[in-house]
Amino acid sequence: MAYSEKVIDHYNNPKNVGTLDKAKKNVGTGLVGAPECGDVMRLQIEVDDTTGVITDAKFKTFGCGSAIASSSLATEWLKGKTVDQAVAIDNMDLVEELNLPPVKIHCSVLAEDAIKAAINDYRKKNGLEELVFEEKGVH
Amino acid sequence: MLKLPIYLDNNATTPMDPRVLEAMIPYFTEHFGNAASRNHSFGWQAEEAVDYAREQVAKLIGADPKEIIFTSGATEGDNLGIKGVFEMYASKGNHIITCTTEHKAVLDTCKHIERQGGEVTYLEVNPEGLIDLKQLEAAIKPTTILIAIMYANNEIGVVQPVKEISAIARKHGVLFFTDGTQAVGKIPVDVNKDGIDIMAFTGHKMYGPKGVGALYVRRKNPRVKVTAQMDGGGHERGMRSGTLNVPGIVGFGKACELARLEMADDAARLSKLRDKLENALMQLEEAYVNGSREHRLPHVSNISFKYVEGEGLMMGFNKNIALSSGSACTSASLEPSYVLKALGLGDDLAHSSLRFGLGRFTTEEQIDYTIKAVSDTVIKLREMSPLWEMFKEGIDLNSIEWAHH
Repeated sequence: MAYSEKVIDHYNNPKNVGTLDKAKKNVGTGLVGAPECGDVMRLQIEVDDTTGVITDAKFKTFGCGSAIASSSLATEWLKGKTVDQAVAIDNMDLVEELNLPPVKIHCSVLAEDAIKAAINDYRKKNGLEELVFEEKGVH
Repeated sequence: MLKLPIYLDNNATTPMDPRVLEAMIPYFTEHFGNAASRNHSFGWQAEEAVDYAREQVAKLIGADPKEIIFTSGATEGDNLGIKGVFEMYASKGNHIITCTTEHKAVLDTCKHIERQGGEVTYLEVNPEGLIDLKQLEAAIKPTTILIAIMYANNEIGVVQPVKEISAIARKHGVLFFTDGTQAVGKIPVDVNKDGIDIMAFTGHKMYGPKGVGALYVRRKNPRVKVTAQMDGGGHERGMRSGTLNVPGIVGFGKACELARLEMADDAARLSKLRDKLENALMQLEEAYVNGSREHRLPHVSNISFKYVEGEGLMMGFNKNIALSSGSACTSASLEPSYVLKALGLGDDLAHSSLRFGLGRFTTEEQIDYTIKAVSDTVIKLREMSPLWEMFKEGIDLNSIEWAHH
């Protein structure tokens, strides 16, 4: 199975690889997946407390090229969005942008889960109720 | 001169040796006869070519030419050998002993036999990938008709103690079948010294053509028979009907002859290159060789690079290097290699494995290039791996509650 140009590009030049200080109150961390399943994603957002805008996003991913590309693209999309806008990012948008084949859709689901987990971690740290999301159940 | 792309997936298939192709060519257009045509020169020529190839194949494994049944490959050989014995010896018993690291062609054949009312014991292997001979002997019962244990494993290259296995089989009057696909042509295999009763092997793993293989069926001490799995013209002593693939058989014969003559030199050269590759890659932190390093094919190495995922790893160099991984990121089940899991590896290590299969046309320059490309990619991906970061921070990954999906 050949990878799309966009997946290859994100794999070769991943955007926003790194670590934010998870001790900071305005940093939300999402760690999803499992080593036994072959993918683990950690996605972090840093939020401007006054505007609610995501000023920085970082990721680290253990997984295949599509998993790396999905998380790299997700961090790109997160930056500049408000937390409320970020909640609306859908895995199928990642699938479309990266041209992921059906067998790799679970990578995009994992990225969406990572975004949501990061947002909830941020909300929890700031005394907000955690959001409840519907299970996608594709993976 | 470095030749790209580099092919290091020789356990999957090998390129055909140009000398093999040369031998085959006349049998497509010029000598195209049916080897079963007894009444004209076209048939005689084809039959003569098949007889010659049968001798070449037999000689490689120390067999008599009459003991060679041509097949379409090892999958057919595994099916014919195992199902053929199960049916032929039904009056004697219905129990077969095999092991968990066999190729799917053997395991799925055994599953089929279980559905037909047969009984199968699947022996486990130790962390080295070897079966336990005591367990093997203990598993034998009065109804046991066959022991089916592979000669060498396709994923890790581990070579089973074939002589000891056959001695146990002999002692208990049980037939011994072995899947010789990865071993024949690579290391010395002798059906008499090794005590093999039935053996499947194939051309395309030893620089011959695809779609042709052989089943060795012993004729003396004991005389073994297998029930045909295809009905038809009664070719191959009635055990395998179907018009013979004459060009393929000619190529397979040539490949066997070349293997017999060049095996020792190839193996010596490749084991040096394999060791160079393995030793260099083992310089990376948290790298583990899978399976026995002592009882192993000379051209194979299977290594897990912890905290990076195999498919992601291959993407770093697969434009220039062809390899396989035990990761199953692409498979619908998301299950990693069952062979690696049988060694006791956790799923995480199984997902992190690469299989290097060197071959006759692998050069030292290619190995040097591979060492650098794989090392660079492992380091780059670890920088990107949350697991590597946790490991470096001293976090026990088992202490984390992972969200299994």
